[in-house]
Amino acid sequence: MRVVLAEDLFLLRDGLVRLLEAYGCEILAAVESGPELSRALAELEPDVAVVDVRLPPSHTDEGLQCALTARRARPGLPVLVLSQHVEQLYARELLADGAGGVGYLLKDRVFDAEQFIDAVRRVAAGGTAMDPQVISQLLTRRSQDRPMGGLTPREREVMELMAQGRSNAAIADRLVVTERAVAKHTSNIFAKLGLPVSEDDNRRVLAVLAYLDHG
Amino acid sequence: MRVRRAAVAGAQGLALALMGLTGSVVLLSLTLVSLALIPIGLGVFTTPAVLRLVRTHALHRRALAERWQGIRIPVSYRPFPHDVRGGPTGQVERCTLMLKDPATWRDVRWLLVDATGAPVVAMLAPALVVEGVFGLLLAGGLWKPIVRAEGGAYWYTFVPVENGTGAGFAGLVGLALLAVALWWNPALIGAHFRLTAAVLRPDRETELVERIDRLTETRHTALDTSAAELRRIERDLHDGAQARLVAVGMSLGTVEALLEKDPAQARKLLAMARESSAEALTELRDLVRGIHPPVLAERGLGDAVRALALRLPVGCEVDVELPGRAAAPVESAAYFAVSEVLTNAVRHGGGDRIWVDVSYADGALRIAVTDNGRGGAVAGPAARADGSGTGLSGVERRLGTFDGVLAVSSPVGGPTMVTMEIPCALS
Repeated sequence: MRVVLAEDLFLLRDGLVRLLEAYGCEILAAVESGPELSRALAELEPDVAVVDVRLPPSHTDEGLQCALTARRARPGLPVLVLSQHVEQLYARELLADGAGGVGYLLKDRVFDAEQFIDAVRRVAAGGTAMDPQVISQLLTRRSQDRPMGGLTPREREVMELMAQGRSNAAIADRLVVTERAVAKHTSNIFAKLGLPVSEDDNRRVLAVLAYLDHG
Repeated sequence: MRVRRAAVAGAQGLALALMGLTGSVVLLSLTLVSLALIPIGLGVFTTPAVLRLVRTHALHRRALAERWQGIRIPVSYRPFPHDVRGGPTGQVERCTLMLKDPATWRDVRWLLVDATGAPVVAMLAPALVVEGVFGLLLAGGLWKPIVRAEGGAYWYTFVPVENGTGAGFAGLVGLALLAVALWWNPALIGAHFRLTAAVLRPDRETELVERIDRLTETRHTALDTSAAELRRIERDLHDGAQARLVAVGMSLGTVEALLEKDPAQARKLLAMARESSAEALTELRDLVRGIHPPVLAERGLGDAVRALALRLPVGCEVDVELPGRAAAPVESAAYFAVSEVLTNAVRHGGGDRIWVDVSYADGALRIAVTDNGRGGAVAGPAARADGSGTGLSGVERRLGTFDGVLAVSSPVGGPTMVTMEIPCALS
């Protein structure tokens, strides 16, 4: 996997380079500012970009903005955004084009190297990787609000894992059920959310989007 | 159009005169009696209540001045300190505070004017209309029965009416009066309100003195709040993140020693260390959110409020129209004020829908938070008098540092609307 990395803190950048290389990634560029990131994304055509939300010179959400601009120029360009905090607002903006290939994780997730690399791979393959914090914020809100589209508790569990970006196999593994049971739950969820049947893998992204927008 | 305006002004004049001749007269007498009763002690208990009625009456008139004529009369009652005691001692304290407030004496002065001269000015508007119409009626034939009943000349304003010619003349005068009413009625109502404003508004010097008092007070509050905030941050860091990182270091030290002898135990300790560092991060994250929310720093007030709305357990619509960003301290104060008001609305409002409007006009940031809950929220002088509404009073003090104001409209049964205004410049 060919990766472009943007992170302004030297220690973290260095650590991320080591980590990614240890798992067999090729680092095309490891940059520390917004303009450098934009240039790298335009010229290097990476398989995936790992980007810190806050970058110099503005030290605001420059990383996120660069990533969104790059995705407009090259739709579907896989981007995994890392941040010290997660906000639904940002998650929504990342998912808004419905093209998939996005991730939004707390920086702490690198603590678990395997899971982190798994998320990078999912995003590179066009899937999604949403931080459990974003999803749990939604769930607490939902449970006090109305049940979303009348999902059963089990379907909500499946929805939560699917929203994080996990495959049916991974969900089955986590919930200790068969893959066929998960497939049944997901098709029920798609039906309840009014998503048309298609072979497109993006339906999972659309479900997450519907989930984020429902409120 | 002009006719309608004159007629409306006539009706308004009548209403104002009635308010002055009933409300103000009664309140003036009550105030005087209550003040006279202070030496024997009884007045101490009645005065705050009466003065509160007077304030409500004056506030109502200020609202009418703004609504009918666009004349703004500033409200300048001194806020009560938030630690007024309860019981009789508190009552004495409250009474003294109110009597020491120059705004109270301006209110009384206004009552005197509003019970005597001001209604006359207001009354001119409807009087012109009535007298004018009467003149026309006289000319139209009403003079005959009247002159017959009077048995001689009937004086209409300055015209003696005894025959058709006189009546015709009265008609002309009536027309002239109506013309005057047509051109001058709104101006008469304006004059009434300008008189009200002149009496109620603090004069320049008093205004400055009051302003200095207010600045001193808000500066104290600001310093106190920020000192308390620093203490809280210090404590949270000390007891939380710092302690956890020490624990991580200790675990790692032990791991170093155990690595060879007992790898299983070392692995367990490593897992604990990782957990500890994750918890330290969570605590730091919450702390940062409490000091200065990241979205506010990254995106400004609009998106910060939107992010806030997304985290609420009830549906919340946010409408932002800001042509630029305000200074960081103003943005921060506004954000935390909105946050507090939203929390209040969710906790006490009991509604299932909230609307937030953020806009900028006339050199001030305006934020309105409306919910469809049960209402009954209080703030301002009314809140502090009975000790409730402390949450909103806290917001008011916070905004006060920036010369900002807070207004609450919350009739029992709802809806509740909290409006905040902070004068500032946008960049």
